[in-house]
Amino acid sequence: MTEPAASRSLVIEREMPHPPEKIWRALTQGPLIEEWLMKNDFQPVVGHQFSFRSTPVPGWNGVIDSEVVLIEPNSRLSYSWGTMGMMSTVTWTLTPTKAGTHVRMEQTGFRSEQDAAYKGATYGWTKFIGNMERVVGGLD
Amino acid sequence: MVMIPAMQAQVAHIAANHVFAALADPTRRAIFEHLARDGEQNVRSLTARAGVSQPAVSKHLGILKHARLVRDRRAGRENHYSAQPQALKPMLDWMGIYAAFWHDRFDRLESLLKRMDQ
Repeated sequence: MTEPAASRSLVIEREMPHPPEKIWRALTQGPLIEEWLMKNDFQPVVGHQFSFRSTPVPGWNGVIDSEVVLIEPNSRLSYSWGTMGMMSTVTWTLTPTKAGTHVRMEQTGFRSEQDAAYKGATYGWTKFIGNMERVVGGLD
Repeated sequence: MVMIPAMQAQVAHIAANHVFAALADPTRRAIFEHLARDGEQNVRSLTARAGVSQPAVSKHLGILKHARLVRDRRAGRENHYSAQPQALKPMLDWMGIYAAFWHDRFDRLESLLKRMDQ
């Protein structure tokens, strides 16, 4: 059976006039990542646990807890992305093209940390959000 | 045009009304869902279904109320609680939030790539 969570993915794609090797550096070197994404202690090592840090705001400490899931140099990079009780996975795919590189970011599997811990034995975010979307949708 | 730090602005907007934090707890989600589905209830009937103590349920209700997810009504010696599901609307737009966030970061990535050596 297909998990409802499977449909909960966000894809952003863009063609960039740069070679994959150069984009890979921007995606995997800490000081470069900081320039476009956030402060971090990323290391390109599978299993490495790290965090992204941005300015805290009321109700959010600005921290995203991550772990490197997949490294395929110049091609694919995947890390978990956990914040505010929501867990997801961010996967970057670089595909060389004539003009440069097709850059694809997919963020998938939004689920709560509780769901991951309890294997859905309690009320899961996904089910909850599905139910509530119906409730809220009925308000309009 | 001002570059919007999309994540911060949007997260602040959501987090500031406490909806996300209030629902991060599975027991509170269950309580809220019972109220949203079955209508107004008192603490006793919620406790019977929640599987936690009445003081715990009351504490959860306090947090939900603070987030404006539930409303209470005093009737005699008891409070009756009802769900306010419209308070969820900003939270359900999290995909829109991340879309705005990543578009902003893609722009920054491209700008960085222009500045980098080959």
